Amino acid sequence: MNTHARRAAAATTSVLALALVATACGGSDDSGKDTKTVTLVTHDSFAASKKVLKEFTRQTGYKVKVLRGGDAGATVNQAVLSKDHPQGDVLFGVDNTLLSRPLDAGVFASYKAKGLGRVPRAYQLDADKHRVTPVDTGDICVNYDRKWFADKKLAPPRSLADLVKPAYKNLLVTEDAANSSPGLGFLLATVDSYGGKGWQDYWKKLRANGVEVVDSWEQAYNDRFTASRGGKGKGDKPLVVSYASSPPVEVQGVKPQPEQAPTGVAKGTCFRQTEFAGLLTGARNPEGGKALLDFLLSEEFQRDMPLTMFVNPVREGTKLPELFTKYGERIEDPATMAPGRIAKNREQWVKTWTSLAVK
Amino acid sequence: MDLTRREVAAPRAPLGGGGGRGGGRSDGRSVWVRLGLMAVPAAFFAVFFGYPVAAIVGRGLREGGHWQFARVGQVLGDPDVLHVLWFSLWQAAASTGLTLALALPGCYVFARLDFPGKRLLRAVATVPFVLPTVVVGSAFLALAGRGGLLDEWFGVRLDTSVWAILLAHVFLNYAVVLRTVGGLWAQLDPRQEEAARVLGAGRLSAWRRVTLPALAPSLGAAALIVFLFTFTSFGVIQVLGGPRYATLEVEIYRQTATLLDLPAAAVLTLTQFAAVAALLAVHAWSVRKRESALSLVPADSTAHRPSGAAQWAALYGVLVPTLLLLLAPLGVLVERALNGPDGYGFAFFRALSAQSDSATFVVAPAAAIGNSLAYAAVATLIALLVGGLAAAALTRRAGRLVRGFDALLMLPLGTSAVTVGFGFLIALDEPPLDLRSSWILVPLAQALVGVPFVVRTMLPVLRAVDVRLREAAAVLGASPLRAWREVDFPLVRRALLIAAGFAFAVSLGEFGATVFIARPDRPTLPMAVARLLGRAGEMNYGQAMALSTILMLVCAATLLALERVRTDSAGEF
Repeated sequence: MNTHARRAAAATTSVLALALVATACGGSDDSGKDTKTVTLVTHDSFAASKKVLKEFTRQTGYKVKVLRGGDAGATVNQAVLSKDHPQGDVLFGVDNTLLSRPLDAGVFASYKAKGLGRVPRAYQLDADKHRVTPVDTGDICVNYDRKWFADKKLAPPRSLADLVKPAYKNLLVTEDAANSSPGLGFLLATVDSYGGKGWQDYWKKLRANGVEVVDSWEQAYNDRFTASRGGKGKGDKPLVVSYASSPPVEVQGVKPQPEQAPTGVAKGTCFRQTEFAGLLTGARNPEGGKALLDFLLSEEFQRDMPLTMFVNPVREGTKLPELFTKYGERIEDPATMAPGRIAKNREQWVKTWTSLAVK
Repeated sequence: MDLTRREVAAPRAPLGGGGGRGGGRSDGRSVWVRLGLMAVPAAFFAVFFGYPVAAIVGRGLREGGHWQFARVGQVLGDPDVLHVLWFSLWQAAASTGLTLALALPGCYVFARLDFPGKRLLRAVATVPFVLPTVVVGSAFLALAGRGGLLDEWFGVRLDTSVWAILLAHVFLNYAVVLRTVGGLWAQLDPRQEEAARVLGAGRLSAWRRVTLPALAPSLGAAALIVFLFTFTSFGVIQVLGGPRYATLEVEIYRQTATLLDLPAAAVLTLTQFAAVAALLAVHAWSVRKRESALSLVPADSTAHRPSGAAQWAALYGVLVPTLLLLLAPLGVLVERALNGPDGYGFAFFRALSAQSDSATFVVAPAAAIGNSLAYAAVATLIALLVGGLAAAALTRRAGRLVRGFDALLMLPLGTSAVTVGFGFLIALDEPPLDLRSSWILVPLAQALVGVPFVVRTMLPVLRAVDVRLREAAAVLGASPLRAWREVDFPLVRRALLIAAGFAFAVSLGEFGATVFIARPDRPTLPMAVARLLGRAGEMNYGQAMALSTILMLVCAATLLALERVRTDSAGEF
């Protein structure tokens, strides 16, 4: 009788083993020698119109397969860890706050994308080696609730210096710089503006003026900002650290379209992020990857980005959609910072910031 | 009379380890059978848990080609880290105690009393379990945060205190206790307690001396699961704790996903392991002597309509607070899903279906539901297969090896999801195991969390099956497989369905490492919710709430269907 049981156990074992082998094969079939597929590794916020991706396939014959690895930081760290066996061909979504680590680790292979000539030099942070290609920019700025300030007959703040004024006491909510990318961007804006020592004094004043720190953008914007959810939210802060593109997003899909976005942007509080893409070292399909990098700078893709990812195109002369021109703001002179400086100081800055702003 | 059975069953010879005193041929054989049964779960855990975790921890400890022992002292000597460890432990203990205290009366009511809407309510109670924690946190803020209902009515705000975290943990884990403990309780023969009362014991003392000991194993299991879940709590702590409260899990995430400081992450992971291992040892020690053969009866025969004022009072006294705790946050979400730009209506739901395929970002709800259900079905099958075999192998408690194996199966619950996810990334990267871009990785990662639920819900019931029934079957010539099929299976079918419900809910709610592994673009419901929540604007927020409502409905409908299967089969007991 034990032979029955033994046979059953053996059978189940082999079934599971078979299933594993089958899935393993299935897995490698999927992405193995297939030269018709190009795999794009990216973060959760990546988006592109299906139409545009189909256009890529029509032009080049390659199909895009998207792999997402969590937020931008996690995605980049995954690429660093798996650099000997990259997960795909192209990585999109590393910004200037994260750029040093993957460059130092040798994650990217050089490729000068077609169309780079139409991208301003200022965005080409790896112009000598072309290991990464700038694709889009976005500005992290303090947003304000237009209605709240109009009701209070108070002029909304315009600059970082305004935020520490008594008139704006207890009005601002920002995100944890340790975990949140807008939170970090806002901290970097203050460091860039006030310098290596001055920023700490600034934050002491900001703390004294009642800045509140929450964990994530979702909480700051959806739960605390007075203008969120069409003003139906129970938020208590009319100032929030968000993006320059948040006002257009507020208006998107709203019928009828209002005269003005419900929120505005304090133009003197911004930090510019540039997002890059690069060919992964050891990519299985480098030719497809190069074609995809070219396509990311093409007019079709650049024109599609504002309404899918709410970022600004880097290609000069790209026409912005009306949603952006009508409701958005152009930030003329944002703070920004070289990736090397960020990488060198980030941990220490965040630590100091935590003790100043949170504890 | 059933009480005497334990005396008979108790002096069984130990089987595993050294072969035991009664180690005749049949015992030797059953050791082999057990090892055979253990092979599949052991292989599964070795490949999909042990190897990846060892790979990432090893990489951290040996960064730069030499051992990073100096970092161990440095990390553990950091007062901030000790503070985080202490907070992780005490909030988990407090959450577990609070969950047990609030859920046990619920277990009684669901096990012993019949009332209309019972099945629906049991399914609804499990809904919080699958909701994305961001959504749960948001709902809690709406209730107990600044400007929330409690604030408006009573001036009470919990969002600045640790109470919001504890209550959210109760909300999320209520179903764990209700299903594991309540499931067994419903199968306990009420006549035992009645006998004790006839013999003169008071109501409470009869419960304490007869029912409580019988429930002990499942109570221990539920407490263990809740503790591990809250010990490794991530989303709730982030949303409700803000930057001031952090668990080890949050810290490991920060070190791994943000800073890529693998040595520090490795030390923290090992610390987490040590804490979990100590807990598992205490659990094993406390439960070891408590499990015994019980007289199990069909669940439907043990419940009755409430009779007398006391039982009605118990029913309402338990149901009303439970409903408030469980339904109020769910109600907030539904209200937000319906409160559209032009007043109440289905505007957000319409917007969801209109978006369908304009961009790859927003997902058509039908596609997201399909993806969620497909992943959950596969994950449930894997968890049932692996967990079922493990539970069958562990049925006879014996030997250190077996106990160690039992504890090992629980480890994934107490391990940081980001550690497992990043471990997958660097360990499963070469043929034949290059699963990184395969869809199967997602259900596999979810099954890791599902298996402990399957084992813990099935084991108390399997062990409660009277060994003499199996022996009788054997004497009558049945093979062990047949004895299992005809003796054990009918009795554990109910536990199997409860376990399936858990495995399914775990997958639907996307627990575990899946969040941290790059995966093919087949967005599930929780993923789609997270994407919408990450965008400004009333339309996006409203659609996130609408999608959360759909997630709740999918979960409740599936669990109700499982409940139906459960009752249909009751006649076979």
